[in-house]
Amino acid sequence: MAKNNKGFFSVLFNGLIPENPIFTLMLGMCPTLAITTAASNGIGMGLATTAVLVCSNVFISLLRKIIPEKVRIPAFIVIIASFVTMVEMLMKAYLPDLYNTLGMYISLIVVNCIIFARAEAFAFKNTPVLALADGIGMGLGFTGALTILASIRELLGAGTVFGFQVMPETYEPMAIMLQVPGGFVTLGLLLIAVNAIKNMVARKASAKEGQA
Amino acid sequence: MNIYLTILIGSLLVNNFVMNKFLGICPFLGVSKKFDTALGMGLAVTFVMTMASIIAWVVEHFLLVPFDLMYMRTIAFILVIAVLVQIVEMALKKLSASLYQALGVYLPLITTNCAVLGVAILNSDSGYTLLQSAFNGCCAALGFTLAMVLFACIRERLAISNMPKWMEGFPGALITAGLMAIAFAGFGGLI
Repeated sequence: MAKNNKGFFSVLFNGLIPENPIFTLMLGMCPTLAITTAASNGIGMGLATTAVLVCSNVFISLLRKIIPEKVRIPAFIVIIASFVTMVEMLMKAYLPDLYNTLGMYISLIVVNCIIFARAEAFAFKNTPVLALADGIGMGLGFTGALTILASIRELLGAGTVFGFQVMPETYEPMAIMLQVPGGFVTLGLLLIAVNAIKNMVARKASAKEGQA
Repeated sequence: MNIYLTILIGSLLVNNFVMNKFLGICPFLGVSKKFDTALGMGLAVTFVMTMASIIAWVVEHFLLVPFDLMYMRTIAFILVIAVLVQIVEMALKKLSASLYQALGVYLPLITTNCAVLGVAILNSDSGYTLLQSAFNGCCAALGFTLAMVLFACIRERLAISNMPKWMEGFPGALITAGLMAIAFAGFGGLI
């Protein structure tokens, strides 16, 4: 940690773009690839993960002085698993359709590396307010990346985005985009695009510095 | 006997955990740069997954179902896995130093490998018996090892070939995995 008193919003923003969990940290790949077959699934999974991440971050941060260093990993697991179970039950009760589509992957939020990594790397060392900001930022960054990936796959694989017809009627959907290979390849291409944009921004920034 | 054959081919090839169910992607991408480490990780996961399938079955049928605690399934299973990984690590340290050195680094990583929790939940959802659960866990883990070892071999070759600069690292690995998944999709008609 470079600065001790980082602001709420800079921490929040950090998770959104500079340290986006999917595009930069490469964490949480399994749900990313498995459920991004439709844009609405992407948002649903992203928000469910965000809810768990925010709750567990705040809770772990509150307990960071009580939990002994040695048993922190089992403690994290129990806290995270409890919140996942809560989200799972709420979803089953209020959003049964989404619950059925996401299926097993909701329980698997427990082993999503993002939540674990943020607990270990951030929440355990920072105040609850900053942990809250980190949870929201990382969660929304994750949701955004999932939605982008899911929209691309849905657009090419079914011709729709969020269930609305976007492509012209004559468009022949590429079913492979919705299957496993499509997931891997789309994410690979998306990463190339993100890296290219990052390089461009970095080059512009360094050119500006050179002029000044 | 028929169901065992179905489980064998189903979990090993057709519903391969990595190539079809997207489980265990993190170690699949993370520790597949070298053949040796990929094989080591695969074997460690195979052991833990088989044991986890057995213990999760016992916990489910002797604790969760009799006491009507099925809503605690996720928590119970993840705790079983975490404890199991700890015990395996300690046992290996005492019993076989060489095996511990070979597998030791991967063991803590296995707790957060979604394939392990995934197989426990899948077994429970499919209503397998104890023997079927153990067999399914073992086959699924061998499928994971197979995909991982094949991928590591490809990546070893890719490392010495001339990849375009923008394809190096994760993008190239993901596209390679995509091509492998197309090959694995060819097993789809087997059962």
